[in-house]
Amino acid sequence: MIALLARDLRLAVRAGGGFGLGLAFFLIVVTLVPFGVGPRTQLLAAIAPGILWLGALLACLLSLDRIFALDWEDGSLDLLATAPLPMEGAVSVKALAHWLTTGLPLVLASPVFALLLSLPAAGYGPMVLSLLLGTPALSVIGTFGAALTVGLKRGGLLLSLLVLPLYMPTLIFGAEMARRGAEGLDYSTPLLMLAGITCGTIALLPFASAAVLRINLR
Amino acid sequence: MNFNALWQYANPKKFIETTDRVLPAISVLAGLCMVAGLIWGFFFTPEDYRQGSTVKIIYLHVPSALMAINIWLMMLVTSLVWIVRRHHVSALAARAAAPIGMVMTVIALVTGAIWGQPMWGTWWAWDPRLTSFLILFLFYLGYIALWSAIENDDTAADLTAILCLVGSVFALLSRYAVNFWNQGLHQGASLSLDREENVADVFWYPLVVTMAGFVLFFVALVILRTQTEIRARRMRALLARERMG
Amino acid sequence: MMPDLGKYAEAVLSSYAVSLLLLVVLTVASVRRARRVRKELQDIEGKMRKDG
Repeated sequence: MIALLARDLRLAVRAGGGFGLGLAFFLIVVTLVPFGVGPRTQLLAAIAPGILWLGALLACLLSLDRIFALDWEDGSLDLLATAPLPMEGAVSVKALAHWLTTGLPLVLASPVFALLLSLPAAGYGPMVLSLLLGTPALSVIGTFGAALTVGLKRGGLLLSLLVLPLYMPTLIFGAEMARRGAEGLDYSTPLLMLAGITCGTIALLPFASAAVLRINLR
Repeated sequence: MNFNALWQYANPKKFIETTDRVLPAISVLAGLCMVAGLIWGFFFTPEDYRQGSTVKIIYLHVPSALMAINIWLMMLVTSLVWIVRRHHVSALAARAAAPIGMVMTVIALVTGAIWGQPMWGTWWAWDPRLTSFLILFLFYLGYIALWSAIENDDTAADLTAILCLVGSVFALLSRYAVNFWNQGLHQGASLSLDREENVADVFWYPLVVTMAGFVLFFVALVILRTQTEIRARRMRALLARERMG
Repeated sequence: MMPDLGKYAEAVLSSYAVSLLLLVVLTVASVRRARRVRKELQDIEGKMRKDG
């Protein structure tokens, strides 16, 4: 498992793996928003939590089809299927690798981007925390979507259509938590709900992803 | 009751034979109920003292909303049957039902918007119920898109069945998340009417007839569409065999 | 004999029109596809029987 993780990380960091692409996309979204809604600081501050969450979500989405695509093309996915490692484990490692290369950088970079959107000072803690809690769920759900569309030639658009509705609960609670934090309200309820959803998806969804992957490899 | 007798309809041929016999009756009954209920609702109900004539929209809005949710439930059940017992008819029934469910969702959304305009002064509000239906619509879209994207019938059936299961869980989660999210904004000022409480008998009876009509309409249509899917599947299988040999 | 719909006539009529249109389109599309597929299948089955 460790070897698989290390391999995935190496592949991602290498050129063409898409590492950093998500970050760049996140930055572009954050840059474009003020052009779209105007440069008023107050307005930006009010919508900053939502924009940051949306940006993170879209950046995650962008790199999803890379989770299995490369392995599918060179046939190493078939090797994985016959390996002693259970498919559920392989899928979880894939999701973890995706989170480490996409989600974690987004979380770490988010305070800088929050600065650009003039998020109130009180909002930084909850915002980073909500992303930290929420992005693993995004990666795990995304892995499920990627497994569904792995064999398809032009699965990218379909992947977004399938995954985005599944992202909704995470987005709702995550953005709500960040917003409440920014407004200085109590955010413990959305925090607990978000943590619950993330734990639930991490625990259960790999089974579905593995099942789907087995069907696709049949 | 002997539920085991139900499984004989898993045989596609048997399914087509039996449904061919009952389909005309169901279709006629569905047409009768829908026409009768809608005419009764449209022409022979009084105006509501608060809502005026817009109350007549209820005869489209409530049945379609009811069907939109229940069709998804039916797809969930048939998907489970497919996963557990591998009956093709079941998977194809889910496939046949999805577009009907999507149309029902659209009708519920559109009539809701048209009704909301004069009543609440807005076409659209991010009310929990409205938002949930929009989300349901997205789930239908994804489900149908996945079916049409995959060429192999069995793979498509498997994948969509799992998507339906996972989607159901997430749709339910979204439903409660949306409730929470909206109350977070508006302190629970729900715009929706509490239907069971508010609907008087005068409006209730034609509503029951239209609801029965919509259910029968769905049953008739889903039977027809399932037959079509069974035939289409057989046709693809025959063509494939012809190409091979 | 149209009932008097008052000032909401537009809303009521348009919602009925849209819904009925959608239902009719769905039904017609289903029936047409059913007919087409049934005929195509018969053609193929007939041809295969002839071929052996």
